[in-house]
Amino acid sequence: MKRALDPFLPVLGVLGLIALWYIAVWKQIVDPVLLPSPTDTFHAMYKGMAGGRLGFDFLMTVERTILSTVIAAAIAIPLGIFLGASERLYRSLEFVIDFFRSTPASAMFPLFLVLFGVGNTTKISVAAFGAALVILFNVSYGVMNARKTRLLAAKVMGASRLRVLTDVMLLESLPQTFVGLRNGVSLALVIVVVAEMFIGSTDGLGQRVFEAQQLFNMPDMYAAIFAAGALGYGLNLMFQLIERTFVHWSGK
Amino acid sequence: MTDGALLSQVAGGVPIGAPLAAATAAPHVTVRGLTKRFGKASIYERFDLDIPRGKLVSVFGPNGCGKSTLINIIAGLIPPDAGEILFDGKPLRAIKFGYVFQNYREALFPWLRSVDNIEYPLKLLKLPKAERRARVERLVAHLGVKIDLNRYPYEMSGGQQQLISIMRALVVEPEILFLDEPFSALDYEMTLFMREQLQRIFIETGTTTVLVSHDLEEAVYLADLVLLLSRGPAQIADYVDFDTPRPRNDATLSEKGFVATKAHCLAVFQREVRKG
Ligand SMILES: Nc1ncnc2c1ncn2[C@@H]1O[C@H](COP(=O)(O)OP(=O)(O)O)[C@@H](O)[C@H]1O
Ligand SMILES: [Mg+2]
Repeated sequence: MKRALDPFLPVLGVLGLIALWYIAVWKQIVDPVLLPSPTDTFHAMYKGMAGGRLGFDFLMTVERTILSTVIAAAIAIPLGIFLGASERLYRSLEFVIDFFRSTPASAMFPLFLVLFGVGNTTKISVAAFGAALVILFNVSYGVMNARKTRLLAAKVMGASRLRVLTDVMLLESLPQTFVGLRNGVSLALVIVVVAEMFIGSTDGLGQRVFEAQQLFNMPDMYAAIFAAGALGYGLNLMFQLIERTFVHWSGK
Repeated sequence: MTDGALLSQVAGGVPIGAPLAAATAAPHVTVRGLTKRFGKASIYERFDLDIPRGKLVSVFGPNGCGKSTLINIIAGLIPPDAGEILFDGKPLRAIKFGYVFQNYREALFPWLRSVDNIEYPLKLLKLPKAERRARVERLVAHLGVKIDLNRYPYEMSGGQQQLISIMRALVVEPEILFLDEPFSALDYEMTLFMREQLQRIFIETGTTTVLVSHDLEEAVYLADLVLLLSRGPAQIADYVDFDTPRPRNDATLSEKGFVATKAHCLAVFQREVRKG
């Protein structure tokens, strides 16, 4: 009897949060100007997404995030495989990679502004830069940590070095590559939204949040924040689904 | 008739069959002057060994004496520092061989279905798909295996996975099969079952087999010859014949010949360990 309710457990948290929100608004625990009612917020969200500005900004952010992740992956995956396959090369570059991976990507904005100006290119390239390092690191480690026995097994069956790379190392590194892709897309979204707020943007979710706040339009602001949250969650989920389909052996 | 056979016939007057049999049983694998060191530790110093054709040789010895190192060198997984290993006078690259790892979980490819795992070495040999399928089916029929090969390895029990590994090693119809403690990661029941499978495979195929085992009962039970190694650098402490006919079964374990051979091997082993 209890078990039948289990699939609905995650919904409880959401309902609880909305209930608390209603109570906070109703009892006026928080200044109503700062915290609009859930009804107003969801109404603003619905209006915005169904043909309004919010929907357009949402799509712009999706486009930038996906584009920067794709660019990052296109560079970092082959490079990561290459570096991972020659461990000594990776070791010699490890400090450089770790250093830039630890550098907040937002600190790179001014540099990229100088390089690419205030347009779309800067936003996408900083996000791609951040995501690429995360992906690179994970792919390299995935390749380097390929199970030794599995490589030996291929070798003993007569596989050439190239075959070992394509038939074993690549597939061995896939689970870790997906870890990199999920972290990379999350980071790209963070960077894109920040860039949209502050770097001469006219669209995107970051811009939407920022503008709504400037205009003190709280329902719109919350709606944009939720849209950004849903986007981040959705992207993560998407990669998880892809991983589950293509890397069915992950964790087994 | 070879000169050797003729000579011994004349010299010793032994029945004609004996020297002939000895001549056809010319060693399959010859290891000569094998030397291997890891840093300062000398594992093998000018080590010689013959492995007869069509026999199952069990390798037994103290932990860390170099059993894995020996078959890994013979199978070309690690290079020797010196020495020569020939298969009917040919080098390793001229022959087909199979190798079964202890850790089947890490030796199989989890992204491939079991049947594709078994086919993989044939793919490396560039055989067309139809031929690969046919070969696997022939092997399955030959061994009487009843497992759903369309499943992924991680969907199978440990014993089934190890059986897939063994089939992957056998599918190329190797001239020699190496197994490094293939059953030591399995539970006891599965180990007993897999012993029987290996015995069946050996009877069916007659492939020269080198089996490293850490279980003396298993080593003797499956062997035609038990190679007992000593430690540091490894020497042949004894090379014991065990010729009880196959198929052997549970009753074999309590037969006089088995008990005596096992006791002898244990005595040699303990002598070597005490020296250690
Ligand atoms: N790659 C290696 N590097 C250094 N020492 C090794 C290496 N492989 C094995 N050894 C050492 O060589 C000895 C023999 O190892 P091994 O052949 O694995 O023993 P076992 O008889 O237990 O299979 C052990 O002392 C082991 O520590
Ligand atoms: Mg060993």
